[in-house]
Amino acid sequence: MSILLSEVTKVYQLGGEQVNALAGITLNISPGEFTAIMGPSGSGKSTLMNILGCLDRPTKGSYMLDGQEVATLNDDQLAITRNKKIGFVFQSFNLLPRMSTLQNVALPMVYAGVEKKERLARAEQVLAMVGLESRMNHQPNELSGGQRQRVAIARALVNDPTIIMADEPTGNLDTKSGDEVMNIFSELNSQGRTIILVTHEPDIAEYAGRVVYVRDGLIERDEWKVR
Amino acid sequence: MFSESISIALAGLKANKLRAMLTMLGIIIGVGAVIAMVSIGMGVKDKVATSIAGLGSNLLVVTPGASNAGGSRQAAGSSITLNEKDALAISQEISGINLVAPAVTRSYQVVFGNQNWTTSIQGTTPDIQGIRNYSIEEGSFFTNQDVETRARVAVLGKTVAENLFNGGTPIGQTIRINNAPFRVVGVLEAKGESAGGNQDDTVIIPLKTAQERLMGITYIQNINVQATGTDVIYQVQDDITTLLRARHKLAATTPDDFTVRNMVAIMEAADETTSMITSLLAVVAGLSLLVGGIGIMNIMLVSVTERTREIGIRKALGARYQNILLQFLIEAIVISVTGGILGIVLGIGASYGISSVAGWKTVISSLAIVAAFAFSVFIGLFFGIYPARKAALLDPIEALRYE
Repeated sequence: MSILLSEVTKVYQLGGEQVNALAGITLNISPGEFTAIMGPSGSGKSTLMNILGCLDRPTKGSYMLDGQEVATLNDDQLAITRNKKIGFVFQSFNLLPRMSTLQNVALPMVYAGVEKKERLARAEQVLAMVGLESRMNHQPNELSGGQRQRVAIARALVNDPTIIMADEPTGNLDTKSGDEVMNIFSELNSQGRTIILVTHEPDIAEYAGRVVYVRDGLIERDEWKVR
Repeated sequence: MFSESISIALAGLKANKLRAMLTMLGIIIGVGAVIAMVSIGMGVKDKVATSIAGLGSNLLVVTPGASNAGGSRQAAGSSITLNEKDALAISQEISGINLVAPAVTRSYQVVFGNQNWTTSIQGTTPDIQGIRNYSIEEGSFFTNQDVETRARVAVLGKTVAENLFNGGTPIGQTIRINNAPFRVVGVLEAKGESAGGNQDDTVIIPLKTAQERLMGITYIQNINVQATGTDVIYQVQDDITTLLRARHKLAATTPDDFTVRNMVAIMEAADETTSMITSLLAVVAGLSLLVGGIGIMNIMLVSVTERTREIGIRKALGARYQNILLQFLIEAIVISVTGGILGIVLGIGASYGISSVAGWKTVISSLAIVAAFAFSVFIGLFFGIYPARKAALLDPIEALRYE
């Protein structure tokens, strides 16, 4: 599943003022790549992430995801794309309170129209993959930060997407939990999944095979590491 | 898809049980009030209808007009223009009539032993039984033969029998009406209060006996007519008017010297009044249902704002417009439907409570129940759709950023 961005711009209206969050980005990400997007705050890396994650549409330019033009999809089509093709991991975990770990993980399958029995079975499987099968019936507030992020990763994986997008996934974690989480991402990458990661920590970017530096809405540098 | 939305909505409500309950209370009270108020209104209507029907069904009463003595007009009914031949003519010449009973009434003292009681004495024919729905409890009614022979026989109303005989058997006893002896042949079954007062406080004697042996008159004071049905009663009323005007030889410009009262018309007027009272009560109660609906909208708006982040997360995970819309709409409808069902229970309970505590008659109307319930569901939809749309239209990025 390839990602092809060409001349993508994003303009916001902020109090009558035009803000050019992205000023023309062209970026190709091949299937199976582990890419880190780095940049100072205000550089436009979050906007780029939102567009890559189909949460937002570019103002101009083209975004081909898996051979499909995303820039012209309507809201519902974007929602379906997010549901089937992309798994999200957020800095603040974004688990739903008052729902068990298992229900949280199963949630994307609700919107995919998977039957309840199958949903729970698959959620259980994925939780086992991140080593949390014993925490199935706990609520998010009964888990540690690292555990919560692993639940969030399980949730991102449950519809078997080929792309995992993570926005500062270790930002709220201590070093040890952060390393655990990053190891999971590495493993997922080695299974052939595309990983796109936004971070401002160089240590975290170390896990990636490619680092894209963004500044003032433009790509400043694009580095591949030789393994 | 739909069942998923229901279970998500239920979970959302469970998270805020007290709030959901309080919101529901608005609907419960609204629906309950509509049902209780309508049952009270219908009860009043029913009571008025039975009380008028107690006078007799499809009844027309012809009474003489006011007499005119030297320019001084007397009370209505004081004229002596009606006589038995008028009654006979009505029964013979007008179609659509079941029974005709001419009558005279005057108040006399009735004495038995050392007991006395002043009551209205009606002189009439046996046909009055069918017209006024009188039934005999003991003994029998007098016959047409008794009317022709001016027999001194009497049928007592329940109240009179109780007051004169104190539980003894009146049949075969001789009572005195205005000092004239009468043999009691029957006692009427109790009919209770009706629009005209206590119907059991009366003594009925043969018409000619009353006219000639008691009152010394030749005219009659009213003619009771039973039409064959409500469909012909207005026609019969017109026919009687035409017939009597012809018999009394009234010129076209002279006003009627009699009045034909139509009980169906009176019943319709009363029915209209009580229906109006019922609708008034229902509208006032319906307003409280509307207020309950505004309560739902209010709480749903709060809920959408509170759960902005949750909506953002759900959308990021692939929830579509209709998923979010249904989730919040169903929450609103669950509140209104549950409230509606509990309101029906409350309303029925309140109706029974009112009838047993206050002693008012209440009639639980299934139409009111269905209407109140349907209205509450509609209110849930109507007041739920705006907050639900607001939630479904949220921008996922904005919603995710919301703290």
